[in-house]
This record gives sequence, structure tokens and C-alpha cells, in this order.
Amino acid sequence: MALDDRIVITGIGLTSPNGNTLAEFRQNLLDGRSGVVDYETRYMGPVLAGVCNFDELRYQKRKEVRRGTRAGSIAVYCSHEAVNDSGLDWANVDKSRVGVYLGITEHGNVETENEIYEISKFEYDTKVWSHHHNPRTVANNSAGEVTLSLGVTGPHLTIGAACAAGNAGFIQAAQMLRLDECDIAIAGGVSESIHTFGIFASFQSQGALATHSDPTKACRPFDMQRNGIVVAEGGGICTVERLPDALARGAKIYGEIIGHAMNSDASDFVLPNATRQAECIRLAMSRAGITADDIDIVSSHATATEQGDIEEGNALKAVFGGTKAVINNTKSFIGHAMGAAGALELLGNLPSFDDGMAHATINLENPDSRCALPNLVANEPRNLGEVKCILNNSFGMLGINSVLIVKRFES
Amino acid sequence: MTGEEIRQVVLDILERIAPDEDLSGLDDAVAFREQMELDSMDFLDIVMELRKAYRIQIPEEDYHNLNTMATTVSYLTPKLKDVPVAG
Repeated sequence: MALDDRIVITGIGLTSPNGNTLAEFRQNLLDGRSGVVDYETRYMGPVLAGVCNFDELRYQKRKEVRRGTRAGSIAVYCSHEAVNDSGLDWANVDKSRVGVYLGITEHGNVETENEIYEISKFEYDTKVWSHHHNPRTVANNSAGEVTLSLGVTGPHLTIGAACAAGNAGFIQAAQMLRLDECDIAIAGGVSESIHTFGIFASFQSQGALATHSDPTKACRPFDMQRNGIVVAEGGGICTVERLPDALARGAKIYGEIIGHAMNSDASDFVLPNATRQAECIRLAMSRAGITADDIDIVSSHATATEQGDIEEGNALKAVFGGTKAVINNTKSFIGHAMGAAGALELLGNLPSFDDGMAHATINLENPDSRCALPNLVANEPRNLGEVKCILNNSFGMLGINSVLIVKRFES
Repeated sequence: MTGEEIRQVVLDILERIAPDEDLSGLDDAVAFREQMELDSMDFLDIVMELRKAYRIQIPEEDYHNLNTMATTVSYLTPKLKDVPVAG
């Protein structure tokens, strides 16, 4: 691969239900600390959710928080954190050469539901419908708020990719950097999904919303006692650059994106498809010029739904059976952060390049034999000694699959 | 509502839509926009808040009356003189 086509991650900003910095997030993943809590949502009453608790006012004025959206605030916080972490001399960066590419599962549901609730107090008089509704609900909202906050004048867009969106944001960034559309990409995924009842109610109607007397034990991928998804909010955003640019400025390099793929099941609105998932994984490895034997950690997508866990289990057995790759899962700690899920799940694993540890999947007390994976890192982290390659799965409704492979950078 | 009560209603709205501003020294004779960061969307917030709280419809051709605190109170007084302060 030409040097200019090699893409690296140089700065990380995140907020997750169990951490607002990479260090805090990583430590809680290694310590087995969940971020799932009891949560109240309009109309439904108590549910469980992964709730973020970052300082919105660190990078925004109160007026900006009020005018914008939760997704926007998450994106602004994570983007500033990533830029600060990157060591970029931001004041002197050519902002017209910066692109913002954020994966989202959906956008606008929160704001629309809030407005409908508001006008319900006025007998549905649409004259009190907010003039802020449109700028809050346009699909590019979160990425656009980042450009406003950071003064970015290059391209920005969100990538709507259901729950495959976190990876999709990084993939878009890599492609735009290779096309020379930008020199620095601010990329990843965000979600504000917990701030309206709809996603909870829809999963409940589908029989796929997790319940548990202990919130920290509610999200149980691959476990027989699982009973569904825990919805979470969050954001994972990175600065992404071409390798020569990163080397020229002496940047810290978290990892190199060596392979990626996206494909479609073309089989069902909601049910996943192990065959297509396996094809997507193999395509990403093929593009990276590696085989399954080169992967050390597979960050699974599993959401703790029966069909989802079994299908991904089948895909992973087909691709990684007999290899050294260990499999873990981040949702068991924080729930399903939707558009942010793929990004957070990758970022929580990146420190493995330095510490050699694979964090676990927690709440695995009674493994489901139908998705038994011999190399599942169950409940306790595992010391692998050395980690060179992480493969990150992210799949979503309408049969969208995304796979990202990140390698420890070696000059 | 008295003129003073209307002034307080408007001040409360301004504090909500511009929460970063210190309005303690607001000059009633000077345009809002010359004393605080207030763009067209914020201005529409004032109109919307009054609509929600007091069901007042302010037509666009009357927006110029909301230029300063003094002109705003003067414009709203006949509309609100028989209306109690919202709870």
C-alpha cells in the first residue's frame, strides 16, 4: 500500500456510560465495571440504560447546549477531546482541510418526540412548534455542531448506518483521506438514543428490551439468561490522518486502520445473517492482506439478543475457529450505544496494543451452547502478552455489516 | 400585569434563551442586540416564549417593537394588562 494510503488514529475523545476518557473507560473495562443504570423515560416509566455523565459545559456555552441537540453535545465534547489528545496545533491547522465524519444510527427522533410532547400541552397547536426543530433534526446535525464549535470549514457529514455506524464513520474518514478530500478527519460515531422513549418501546414490542433487577447484570451477550438489549448513549471520536502527515508532526499513533469492509445481508429487516457477516469479516481481512491467524482480538457486536448472538457466533466460529483470536464484548458493560457502539467498542480495545490485555465480556454465567465460542474472554480480562491486530464487528438493522481492522503501528 | 411585571417576564425569557449573559445591567433604552449576543433564532425564541406563556400572537410586521426593553414593554402592555403573571 502506498504510504499516503496508510491511515492512522492519532487522537481519541470519548464519552461512555462508564467513562469520559479513554483511560477511565479502559480501566473500567478491565475492572469489570458496568455503566448500566436505572433510567426513567417518558410514557414508559423505569427502564435500564447506559447513561453518559460528561461535562457538557467544558466545550459549549449553556446557550449552545440549549440550542443544539444531545447528539451534538456528545459530538462536540468528544471532538474537542480528540483534538486536544492529538497534539495538533489546532490554532494553526488549515480548517478547510479538516473533514468531520460521524456515524449515526438515527437522528431526529429525540427532538421530534420532545416537540410533539411540547405541543401536546397546547392542544397540538403547531404554532408553538419550535423554529429550532429543523436545525436540530437535519441528519448532519451532530457533525455540523462539531464544525461550528471547532471552526471547521471542510466537509462534514453523518453516515447513517444503523448500529454499524461507528465503524462506518472511521471507514468514511479513511476513504476521504485517501481521496485527498481532507488532511485531518474527525471521525467516529455518536448516539443520543436514550433521550426518547421510542427506541425502548420498539425493542420492548419486539421482545428485545433487557430487564434485570440489577442493572449491571442486564446486558448478557452469549449468556442463557440474556433477555435483550440495553440502550445506551455515547460517543467515540478520533482524529484520523494519513501516516506521512502523522509521522511528520511526530504524532502519537494509537493504531493503523489496515482493513475495512461493509456489506449487506439482503435477507431481513431485523434478523442478522451469519453468512454475510462472515463474508464481511473475510473481505476486510483480504483487503488488509492478512488472515484470521493474524487477528489477536475480535471485538464482537453481540447485543444480547438470542438470534443476534447465535448468528454472530456462527460467523465467528466459521472465520476464527481454530485460531488464536480471542473474542470479547463491550456491550456487556455499557449496553448498546447504537451509532457510537462500534467506535466505543474499538476504542476500549486499542490500549491492548500497549498493555497486552483483552478485556472481557461480563455477565457470562451460563454460556449459551448455541453460540459457544472457545476463545470468549469470559468475565475476567485475559493477558495475551502481545496484541498486534484487533478486528471490530458492527452490524445493524436492514442487514448492514461493517468490519474494521486496526493494527498496532510499527514504523 | 403592570409594566414592571411585564418587564420581569421579558427578562426571565431573556435569561432562559441567553443563559450565559449577565443581564443585571440591561439598559432598557438600548437595543437588546447591542447589549447581548442575540441572533434571529434567539429573537424568535422571545416571540415563541410569549406565545406559549400568554398565547400572544406577534405578527412579523410588529417585530420591530421588540427592539429594546422599553419598546417591548410598551408594545406588550395593552396586550397583557388584563393578564395575570403565568405561574
